[in-house]
Amino acid sequence: MTNRINDHLRISRRGLLGLGLGVAAAPALTACGGVSTSGADGGEGAVNFLSTQFTQVEERQRFEKILGDRVTDPKVAFNPVDAPTFATTVKSQLDAGKVQLSLLGGLHGDLAPHASRLEDLDDVLGGLGDRGFAADLTELAKLGGGTTKYVPWMQATYVMAVNKKALQWLPSGADVQKLTYDQLLTWMTAARQANGNKPVFGLPAGPKGLYHRFFQGFLLPSFTGGQVTTFRSPDAVVAWEYMKQLWAQTVPASTNYDSMQEPLQRGEVLVAWDHVARLRDAPGDKPDDWVMVPAPSGPKGLGYMLVVAGVAIPKGAPEVDKAKEVIKALTTGEVQADVLRQNAFFPVTSAEIPADLPAAIKLEAGAVKTQQEADGAIVSLPPVGVGTRDNEVGQVFKNAFKEICLDRKPVQGVLDTQAGQLNAILDELKVACWRPDPAGTPCRVA
Amino acid sequence: MARKRARVPAAVLLIAPSLVVMTALFAWPLLVGIGQAFSGPDGPTTAYLRRMADDPYFWPAVRNTALLVVVLVPLQFAFALTMALLLRERPRFAGAHFFIWVIPLAVSDLAAGLVWLSVFADRGYLNSTLDHLGLDGYAWLSYENTTSMFLTVVVAELWRSTSLVLVIVVAGLQGVPKDYDEAAAVFGATYWQRLRHVVLPQLRPSLQVALILRTILALETFAVAQALTGRNLPLLVGETYQWYNVLQNPNVATAIALVVLAVSMLAAIGYLRLLRDRTVTR
Repeated sequence: MTNRINDHLRISRRGLLGLGLGVAAAPALTACGGVSTSGADGGEGAVNFLSTQFTQVEERQRFEKILGDRVTDPKVAFNPVDAPTFATTVKSQLDAGKVQLSLLGGLHGDLAPHASRLEDLDDVLGGLGDRGFAADLTELAKLGGGTTKYVPWMQATYVMAVNKKALQWLPSGADVQKLTYDQLLTWMTAARQANGNKPVFGLPAGPKGLYHRFFQGFLLPSFTGGQVTTFRSPDAVVAWEYMKQLWAQTVPASTNYDSMQEPLQRGEVLVAWDHVARLRDAPGDKPDDWVMVPAPSGPKGLGYMLVVAGVAIPKGAPEVDKAKEVIKALTTGEVQADVLRQNAFFPVTSAEIPADLPAAIKLEAGAVKTQQEADGAIVSLPPVGVGTRDNEVGQVFKNAFKEICLDRKPVQGVLDTQAGQLNAILDELKVACWRPDPAGTPCRVA
Repeated sequence: MARKRARVPAAVLLIAPSLVVMTALFAWPLLVGIGQAFSGPDGPTTAYLRRMADDPYFWPAVRNTALLVVVLVPLQFAFALTMALLLRERPRFAGAHFFIWVIPLAVSDLAAGLVWLSVFADRGYLNSTLDHLGLDGYAWLSYENTTSMFLTVVVAELWRSTSLVLVIVVAGLQGVPKDYDEAAAVFGATYWQRLRHVVLPQLRPSLQVALILRTILALETFAVAQALTGRNLPLLVGETYQWYNVLQNPNVATAIALVVLAVSMLAAIGYLRLLRDRTVTR
């Protein structure tokens, strides 16, 4: 068969080589024509929307469908890219004065470094009074200045998922919706003893787990009121001593868990803390067996980490007016609800949570709301303005955990060494502190 | 007369291509690497070296890597020599045996790591077998059991890379004339005496090559350990990967890579001196 084909085609070896080279070169040559990071394929008059969110193919397709259904006029060319590409594209286009982008979407930390390159959006936000943005979010959206730099787009956070089986061991007088860290420890200790000495609490401490966010945004702010400046304070020592005790009541296999929904679903873990998107599948088809609750509170309050995304308009954008229309459309109740249903990012507005949501997301929505509105809530942000060094900053917190909880080294010594590491990174970056630390440049461990 | 220009010696011309390649692919990256490890945004600095040394994973990585070399290499040589000597006795199906023994050489190290992961995982083949026998399983790869983690890596590496030594030793043995061995046998030397005083000395060049290769490769153990234990059992090359890829700090990554390079060079020089043939006068 193959011989016959060869006889017919009679491609010489040289010809084949040339063809191969041509095929190999074609993509490389077309790439020279300009990677469409600017979303230039939107056609004339379309709003080019560059985003660090929904880069994953399925998420992107679902969001594009939402845009197609709900934002028909003007037309939007949605272009999700990773955070470093976003940063360089925005910087180079604006600094060169050749702006093709009309709309930028990103996490607070993605937009913050570009504050001076963004249009003031006070008028847009003023016109959206009926949306009911949380005051916290609109304050953040000023990026430390006096005017609004982005309009809140969507948010996510971390909560705790509780299998109702574990509620029987809850200490008397404790409300699972308003736990303190001490009650959590008592509860998990009792649960372990009642469960044949097998722990029931889990943390996503695997290689790709988000457990550093637990220390950055929950444990440390609740005990110390800060994230970076108080890293080695006496309060932080108390926090880590607590963490040591909690770890003793934690499923040891936690160091393999990247996301908690699987071990929760398998029943290896009954109570777990994780990102809302990574708890979504835990209840499976038995949502009645589960509750989702806010994180516990500590001596300084209820520290929680807010992952907030916003949309902004770069200075010199070609389609400012149309971009403003898109912003208005993105903050309508329908779009906010669609994004929640499809991509599990929660509304930033007071939009009614639709009744037909998947049960797990409905549970989460309740916990997210209670957590945000809790008395003494301390909002933390993921590190702002650190760009690609975010993983390195996170690693410092992971190292502290490893040395204190796994290797059982003395707390103060570990914190002193790791504070040195953190300062080495921050000294290179020279960034301002982010919530909950008091704003101050440069940010350092005291 | 016109031809009387300075002529480049033929030898220089002959080695020129390899010089160019070596410069472009080894010397240049090495220089860039040294630059990257020792200079920051504000000029020369040892900050990256200090961060490397202060990292809680670095010294355990050094210890584990050193331990791995010390345990693995002698074991591999013992196995490879035994296997090669068995083959030398020309048993039946010697060719088939040899073929089977070198199969691991053809398996990619990551694939080998994944195969062994399916053996040692909490619900892997080993634990299921133990379970069938009525024994309790063991968390071989748990961060709490450093020893068993280390042993799994040793076993996997032993399986994967002993055949490299075997191939080199078998090739070396084929170059050893049988006459000496037979002569020694005629004079009444025992098997051990012949092995110790006749075969092994003639194998010296092959052993030297194999030792250097295996030690350097053991220092670079990465994919197998990565698949089996992740960062729970840190090794030096795994740390460079972690710093470069996950923490996105190429400077510290190169600093660790330079440590691996320095140790590899020291090991190579050490072996060359240690195994120098002192009977040959130069």
